[in-house]
Amino acid sequence: MIDTLFHMVLVLAMPPLILGVIGKTKAAFAGRVGAPFLQPYYDLSRLMRKGVVLSDTTTWIFRAGPVVTLSATLFAALLIPLGKHPAPISFEGDMILFAYLFALGRFFTTVAALDTGSAFEGMGAAREVTFSCLAEPTLFFALITLTRLSGTMSLTPMLHHLSLSVWVAAGASLLLMLAGLFVVLLAENCRIPFDDPNTHLELTMIHEVMVLDHSGPYFGCILYGAALKLYLLGALFLNVAVPFSAGNGFLDWGIFAFSMLALAVAIGVVESVMARLRLIRVPQLLVAAMILTAFSLVLVVR
Amino acid sequence: MFPEMMRDPAVLVITAIVIAACSGVPGLFLRRGRFGQHAATAGALVAALLALPALISMLVTGAKTGFTVDWNLPFGACELALDPLSLFFLIPIFLVFPAGSLYALGYWPAASHRSSEPSVTFFYGLLSAAMALVVVARNGALFMIAWEVMALAGYFLLITEHEESEVRSAGIVYLIASHVGAASLLVLFSQLRLATGSFVFPATGSLQLAATSASLIFTAALVGFGSKAGIMPLHIWLPSAHANAPSHVSALLSGVMLKIGIYGILRVVSFFPGQPLWWGGLLTAAGLTSALMGISIASAQKDIKRLLAYSSIENLGIITAGIGMALVGQSTANPRLAYLGLAGALFHVLNHSMFKPLLFFGAGSVMHATGTRDMDRMGGLAARMPWSAALSLAGAIAICGLPPFNGFASEFLLYLGFFGEARAPEPYLALGAPVLALVGGVALISFVKLFGTTFLGAPRSPGAAHGHEAPATMLAPMVLLALLSLSCGLFPQLVLALVNPVVRSVSAATPGPAALPIQALWFTVAGASLLVLAAALFWYLRRRQSLFPADRGPTWGCGYLRPTARMQYTASSFGDMLGSLAGSLIRTRITRGVIAGVAPAAVRLSYTPEETILYRVIQPLVSLVGIAFSFIRRLQHGEVQIYILYIFATLFLLMLWVR
Repeated sequence: MIDTLFHMVLVLAMPPLILGVIGKTKAAFAGRVGAPFLQPYYDLSRLMRKGVVLSDTTTWIFRAGPVVTLSATLFAALLIPLGKHPAPISFEGDMILFAYLFALGRFFTTVAALDTGSAFEGMGAAREVTFSCLAEPTLFFALITLTRLSGTMSLTPMLHHLSLSVWVAAGASLLLMLAGLFVVLLAENCRIPFDDPNTHLELTMIHEVMVLDHSGPYFGCILYGAALKLYLLGALFLNVAVPFSAGNGFLDWGIFAFSMLALAVAIGVVESVMARLRLIRVPQLLVAAMILTAFSLVLVVR
Repeated sequence: MFPEMMRDPAVLVITAIVIAACSGVPGLFLRRGRFGQHAATAGALVAALLALPALISMLVTGAKTGFTVDWNLPFGACELALDPLSLFFLIPIFLVFPAGSLYALGYWPAASHRSSEPSVTFFYGLLSAAMALVVVARNGALFMIAWEVMALAGYFLLITEHEESEVRSAGIVYLIASHVGAASLLVLFSQLRLATGSFVFPATGSLQLAATSASLIFTAALVGFGSKAGIMPLHIWLPSAHANAPSHVSALLSGVMLKIGIYGILRVVSFFPGQPLWWGGLLTAAGLTSALMGISIASAQKDIKRLLAYSSIENLGIITAGIGMALVGQSTANPRLAYLGLAGALFHVLNHSMFKPLLFFGAGSVMHATGTRDMDRMGGLAARMPWSAALSLAGAIAICGLPPFNGFASEFLLYLGFFGEARAPEPYLALGAPVLALVGGVALISFVKLFGTTFLGAPRSPGAAHGHEAPATMLAPMVLLALLSLSCGLFPQLVLALVNPVVRSVSAATPGPAALPIQALWFTVAGASLLVLAAALFWYLRRRQSLFPADRGPTWGCGYLRPTARMQYTASSFGDMLGSLAGSLIRTRITRGVIAGVAPAAVRLSYTPEETILYRVIQPLVSLVGIAFSFIRRLQHGEVQIYILYIFATLFLLMLWVR
């Protein structure tokens, strides 16, 4: 019970902090002081108090987009274990629901973007669906490898099976899988090198441009949903990358929260030292990630 | 006596088939007025109300009935039988047929289609009855007769608008493909006759044959039924046929007739007690290839009905892959895999017969309102057709396999099958999961595009700007199908209760629902909490908005002050990004006039997506065949006396041969 409570609190409260840490890391690299760590929380509370401007071309679908996306992501938050603690909901095949909830969110985000009738938002939507469709098989290859390693088909036992001894036995495969998952993490959350979360007025943007017309609480939902998605995919990554347990429940929560912050710093570093890829290179990198995870499966089967 | 008989559900089903066959007959004689169409629709509804409860009760109670009709044809006993497999495949027929008939009242009304309406209505009923007869026939000859009636009724429905040359050529391609398939079925049934000594179908699991003749029968069935089901590369007739038929006909062709091919494959496979491994492997590979290629080509289409037709190829591919998985499971003695594959495939059969007609009806309403099939000329229809838009949205979510709709539930079973194989010593089948994920991703592209460019944004043509909502008779069947899609997604146990008896009857090795590792309740929990969460959030934001009313303004154009509707992303440009990656499957042909001189005249530019396999491989092959046949055509010259000579020579040779 207390674990479920902790899970809910972390999932609901922590995601914006990750954005804050990434921002601070990037500022440090650029030699700036940067916005405070809690800036995303201030942004969210400001947005939730603001009024709304709606475009004349839009219908109810424009308003349903952020709502459905956020609810799908919130439900996905119940399926993923955080650290060595089990997820509140776990059943055979929950990883498929996990992946498909993000797809549902994507459907509604892109449809809401098309509802504005803007050339830019249409462009962003087209890119989003294409890149995500290439990222999907990578995630599934990784999940198959995990199923094979653990012999189970549910996220919690599958991820909890990974321990130091498994890492020693199948380290090469897990490393390849981590590389693939990191690429998916960056691509799905529209981070550099795939997309630049800070700009939306260039022709290379993807996610930010889709939400140009959203404002006020609707935009708040989108911002929070994006942070939550980053948090959840980050948790999936960390469950593979940090295989050890401290043995103590509370210490495990601490380890998880700390490694989440470390992941945020790592993303910040990647964003600071890399340039965004040219658009035609993006599919190539995504396919490369897919091949990496396919190799990780081959290594496990061997 | 009569009430006693009508209490028997099997008699009800047969009665419903007869009513369906006759539903359009009054209209043929009543040339004037709309009475004929109304009578046909009433007949369709009565047939469905008789048949559906009977079908479901027979499936659930596990009843089996057979009838033997006395006929004096030399093909053995004329047997009709209702077993779980037949009952299951009758459900889509009696679901889509009345829905389509009702839809036709608004879509193809007698008032405005005076000349074609009676024949369309007649063949609509005849096609449904013929499909039902195919499903209940247990005699090869009767099966072929019903099959031909089905194919020809489909042809006459398809060429309804035969004034257009595109429709006529689609009809010819359909007719040829259909008869190539039928030729293969003739091989199938004559081989079966050789093996069993009778045209009557052997009982489930009773056909012990040598490997070569079993494989010959399987291959003939795969070619014959596969071409009906539109499995690549036997799909060539499908896109143009479904695109050119009236929408309620496309709904019946796509939602039901393709499944008859699946029924045939399942029926033939069920004759054999054990199947070689390569049958299942081949079906899985063909199904997944078909799914991936079909949906990739769909994502590049700009014709709304062509997109839906290619997506049918995808869905039938998924179903075929599920059957293949089940066969692999049976031949490797893996009951769990066999169950998940077959249950997933059958579940998807039922699902596809809900959301695909729903989407075709939506496309029909759009065409009705705008007068075009070209998505590049649509847009902004959600404002003028709110109901059609919301119902098409439901169909699009369902066909993408997203929760909480029914497409998710059936694909989930197949995913479980693929994932379970990851634990096997040789996890080849597990590779199906990423392929299915890729198919799902491309399906998302296709249907975001279909829904977004049709209903959302600003209108791209005057036709789209003056669209109007469809009448209630067109909306009612769509509401029904959308609600069914949602409830089958929320309560998959209801569908599984229909699927399980079929699985038990088709494969002896499969232990019913014990192989399902998941409580169906989770679907309800997930779907319901999604709906409740979204509704609560929506309600909260709405309430806030009523306190602080929203400002309205134009869409933010990034500083550009004179945006026009033509600047929007179109259907073609939306799919172009993936199209550039799948360039070997699909290419865009651009035709344009020459711009010359100092003051050039107006020039047209048009672009059409073309399927590479069709234009680079199949068409050259077909024209080679055409050259070969031109020699045979010399036999046919119109001189009657020489025809009589042919008959005489044939009879003479036959007499020599028989003696």
